[in-house]
Amino acid sequence: MTPAGSLLVADKLCKAYGPTTALDGAEFSIHPGEVVAVMGPSGSGKSTLLHCLAGIVTPDSGSITYNGQEMATMSDAQRSALRRSEFGFVFQFGQLVPELTCVENVALPLRLNGTKRKEAERAALAWMERLEVDDLGKKRPGEVSGGQGQRVAVARALVTNPRVLFADEPTGALDSLNGERVMELLTEAARSANAAVVLVTHEARVAAYSDREIVVRDGKSRDMERAV
Amino acid sequence: MSIGHTLLGLLESGPRHGYDLKRAFDEKFGHDRPLHYGQVYSTMSRLLKHGLVEVDGIEAGDGPERKRYAITDAGITDVERWLATPEAPEPYLQSTLYTKVVLALLTHRNAGDILDTQRAEHLRMMRILTDRKRKGDLADQLICDHALFHLEADLRWLELTAARLDKLAEAVAK
Amino acid sequence: MSARQWSRDLAMGVRFAFGGGREGWTRALLTAVGVGLGVALLLLTTAIPNAMSERSQRNSSRDDFTYNAKVLPKAADTLVIADTDTTFRDKDVRGRLLEPEGARSPLPPGVGTFPAQGEMVVSPALKELLASDSGKLLRERIPYRVTGTIGPSGLVGPAELAYYAGGQGLADQLSGGTVERIDYFGPSKWKQPDTLDPILLLLILIVFVVLLLPVAVFIAAAVRFGGERRDRRLAALRLVGADGRMARRIAGGEALAGALLGLVLGTAFFLVGRQLAALAEVRDISVFPSDLNPSPALALLVAVAVPAAAVLVTLFALRGVVIEPLGVVRTAKPPRRRLWWRLLLPVGGLALLYPMVGQGNTNGDFNQWLVIGGTVLLLVGVTALLPWIVEAVVARLNSGSVSWQLAVRRLQLSSGTAARMVNGIAVAVAGAIALQMLFSGVESDYTKRTGNDLNRAQMEVSVPAGTSVTEAGRQLARTKGVRSASAVSMTTVGDRAKEPQNELEVAVGTCAELREVSRLTSCRDGDIFRIGDGEEVSETKKLAAAGTTVYFDPEYEGDTTDAVAWKVPAGMKTAGQREDPTGYARSGLLITPGALPEGAAAGLVQRVFVTVDPAVPEARDHVRNTAARLGGPLAEVFTLTSSEENEQFRSIRTGLLVGATCVLMLIGASLLVSQLEQLRERKKLLSSLVAFGTRRRTLSLSVLWQTAIPIALGLLLASVVGLTLGVVLLRMTGTAVTVDWASVLMMTGVGAAVVLVVTLLSLPPLLRLMRPDGLRTE
Repeated sequence: MTPAGSLLVADKLCKAYGPTTALDGAEFSIHPGEVVAVMGPSGSGKSTLLHCLAGIVTPDSGSITYNGQEMATMSDAQRSALRRSEFGFVFQFGQLVPELTCVENVALPLRLNGTKRKEAERAALAWMERLEVDDLGKKRPGEVSGGQGQRVAVARALVTNPRVLFADEPTGALDSLNGERVMELLTEAARSANAAVVLVTHEARVAAYSDREIVVRDGKSRDMERAV
Repeated sequence: MSIGHTLLGLLESGPRHGYDLKRAFDEKFGHDRPLHYGQVYSTMSRLLKHGLVEVDGIEAGDGPERKRYAITDAGITDVERWLATPEAPEPYLQSTLYTKVVLALLTHRNAGDILDTQRAEHLRMMRILTDRKRKGDLADQLICDHALFHLEADLRWLELTAARLDKLAEAVAK
Repeated sequence: MSARQWSRDLAMGVRFAFGGGREGWTRALLTAVGVGLGVALLLLTTAIPNAMSERSQRNSSRDDFTYNAKVLPKAADTLVIADTDTTFRDKDVRGRLLEPEGARSPLPPGVGTFPAQGEMVVSPALKELLASDSGKLLRERIPYRVTGTIGPSGLVGPAELAYYAGGQGLADQLSGGTVERIDYFGPSKWKQPDTLDPILLLLILIVFVVLLLPVAVFIAAAVRFGGERRDRRLAALRLVGADGRMARRIAGGEALAGALLGLVLGTAFFLVGRQLAALAEVRDISVFPSDLNPSPALALLVAVAVPAAAVLVTLFALRGVVIEPLGVVRTAKPPRRRLWWRLLLPVGGLALLYPMVGQGNTNGDFNQWLVIGGTVLLLVGVTALLPWIVEAVVARLNSGSVSWQLAVRRLQLSSGTAARMVNGIAVAVAGAIALQMLFSGVESDYTKRTGNDLNRAQMEVSVPAGTSVTEAGRQLARTKGVRSASAVSMTTVGDRAKEPQNELEVAVGTCAELREVSRLTSCRDGDIFRIGDGEEVSETKKLAAAGTTVYFDPEYEGDTTDAVAWKVPAGMKTAGQREDPTGYARSGLLITPGALPEGAAAGLVQRVFVTVDPAVPEARDHVRNTAARLGGPLAEVFTLTSSEENEQFRSIRTGLLVGATCVLMLIGASLLVSQLEQLRERKKLLSSLVAFGTRRRTLSLSVLWQTAIPIALGLLLASVVGLTLGVVLLRMTGTAVTVDWASVLMMTGVGAAVVLVVTLLSLPPLLRLMRPDGLRTE
């Protein structure tokens, strides 16, 4: 039941970590430019779903198709390259390299793709400006606040103009005001870049920034829009 | 909260006297506001008129409490429809939602579905509010935030209830 | 601040170390294992001098040959002993034939009763070797029946190969130098006592400093294992009301706990290690576990110094750290490292050593304490200077590839950690370079060139008189693995039959054989030649003029042979000199068999130069067996080498090599531990970097750079300091200063190899850490 025009589709995903079943037949699809929230209680498997969709984790069974291509047929290097160029990532914490300055952190994905340092940092600064953190360029992650750090992380996720942005509890460590600001900037920036956003969260107010949500419970997914 | 649907739902498990109905209702849902006999009588006669219940038998003596009611097929359909329709997201919904969940459990329907449907409806509302907030001025934002936080509280209750459905089912079955 | 408060806080730290949950005791255990390894190595090293003296004591208590020119008269308490040492493969076998001459003949230590003729007592190692398949060749050579074993008091080490066999008629051969009549075992009154010359003593001192210093540096690093996590725990303590100083002392207590446990483990490692040491054999040297006893004073020093150092190092390390209730703040801008006091250390070291420059010339003794102090200061200077250099250099490094950038930025943020990691290696390499220079500088004094020409022969066999002239050469040539054998028989002629005043060397052989040791223009059987340079030839002409009578194999005191008179014939030719394979150019007479007078053949000693086929692995042992068959146990076989090292010099060098290997392995292990620890701390970060598509290669490379940059700087500094120390030491010994660049390269190469191995070993865990599991939070 793959809806036409989907960018990223997952079908009957199963994944177990040892005796723990994380995913048990989960399904997912997202269109270009769409923001989809993945909700569910802790331990329901929503992060695992995101990791599978992003090609970080290989599912035990089921298929994931990105842009018409089956992920399982790609090598690890190909998937890495895909993550470098087509995907962006924002996590709850522990993602900025503490030794690098903020602008170097944002420029990192571009540099991994082989862009020259000067050029990469120019592009990085432009994105930091859009996320209103361009004044932090020379600072190290340890010297900025949580909200600022998260915005730097969003800038880094978007700097490569990804087609899919994966955000795993991006506001999890922030207060509501900062969290909302990050969500506003994130969704705005993603929409203007026509990037699809897979947003894993357990917070309704964060999920409210999405176009639709799917619920993961006990490793099974439920697409609420189509169910209603 | 719809007393009619609730009583209908209680009847689904089998025919009851009006008096039994009141007692079952008070026990399960009317902790602080017990039902009057008059309420039961008027509700049952309305349901009777709409063909949602029928009189199963009358015992000796008179008075409404002596009638035994049974649910009709139309009645079952009506309960079904009511349970599946999410409530309009608004504050202080919990009594209605709670009733729906308990009834679903009593009638062996999928209570999780009810919660999920409600969640989707809440989120739809929250999306609209979030959108309005984004486009509005500070006053709009504050007003929307108030509503959003209340809705969020509901949603958290939904989450929590969903997580405790098994326990609730045990308690209800007693 | 009261001592009670101190002890209370320290005790609390000790409790935290063991009661602080999994994390706490993991850290304590890690530290303990590290300290334990260091302590074990310290104890082992300090036990080596003791072991050596035990060895030499046992060796001298079984000393037999007195090398006394006078032969002892036969008595009830005398014993005739013959030296039948041999070599099996590359191992020396100590062999003695014993022939008691009376009821009170002395027994060698470790032997209960004299073995009878055809029987022997052997060392346990030899017994095992003889019983094994591989000992077959040796069995042929010493065919005696084993009737007992030699006790440990008669052996220098457990792996020593030795035997005492019963002999008969040995007294007939008392003249040769390999047979002697003795009346006691023990240090010879005639032998000069061995004293270490000051340069060797200097070498030993430096070897000890160079080996022990990195161990100390390693222990200092080990007590800081897991420091970052510990700091976070301390912050929690501050939250519940400990003040900054208390937190610091509690940290000290934790380190103390690790160090104390380390002492226990170290003792255990040491006890296990010395049992293992009994199994190991390094260059023919093995030791009994019971010999490896550190002197009590040194052991006590280790037991006190290690825990104390652990506390002090921790307090010192925390001086730049502010432990706040909500976390650890490394003072935002650490004070710039200052250079002057760091330079003071090596300069002070040089100042201590300088007065001794040139003392080696006058053979004066070096002041041990000045040598140790100066060397220690100079080498400790490396650990002081390195953090400054790393900081200064890394601050100036800039752009490059992503992996380079990641590494450089990390180093800029924590150059101290990086410098600490390589301190040990830098000190070890600096010391090793200096030692190598010293060794190669004085090597020529302790190594003799033998003049052997290995192209012409690799072995020399000497068969005592009594064997047929041609037989020895023929049999050896037929031995398995022998390419050619060239025999020359030797004897002397004197001007009198007894106690001659003048003597001439005589070589007997066929024309072809004589050509190996001389240059002959024409030669036929029956010819006699004079040989030697001008003066020698005139000597020869005088002594052996045609018509005079000379005596073959003249008699000396104690000899039992009879001299053979020979009237020198006319028509002697003159031969040119030629060095034999051992580099000896002979003089005297050359006689072909046809010209040899009757009866003279009996006194001939055969020397056979043997060329072996290197493709036959056991050729040398076949030769030795043939020689033993020909000449009995007294046949001597030499393996020719191009140079010979002084025994003491060689053992110091061996000790250095063994020690340096242990130290480098230890440092490599500590590098690995701290490397893994750092990686574990960064697990989440690494996973997220992988998530957004960072190539594993990039991350691995950045880990490599991160170690390689400080190591490169450390090795550079080590080379400079090592060369400086080397130059000073060479000047002290009065040796010409030459830099052995090859050995500098080798030592730095070994250091670099350690780093490379550590990086390679940390790659599998790194790859595992980079798996997406690290992203899971639930």
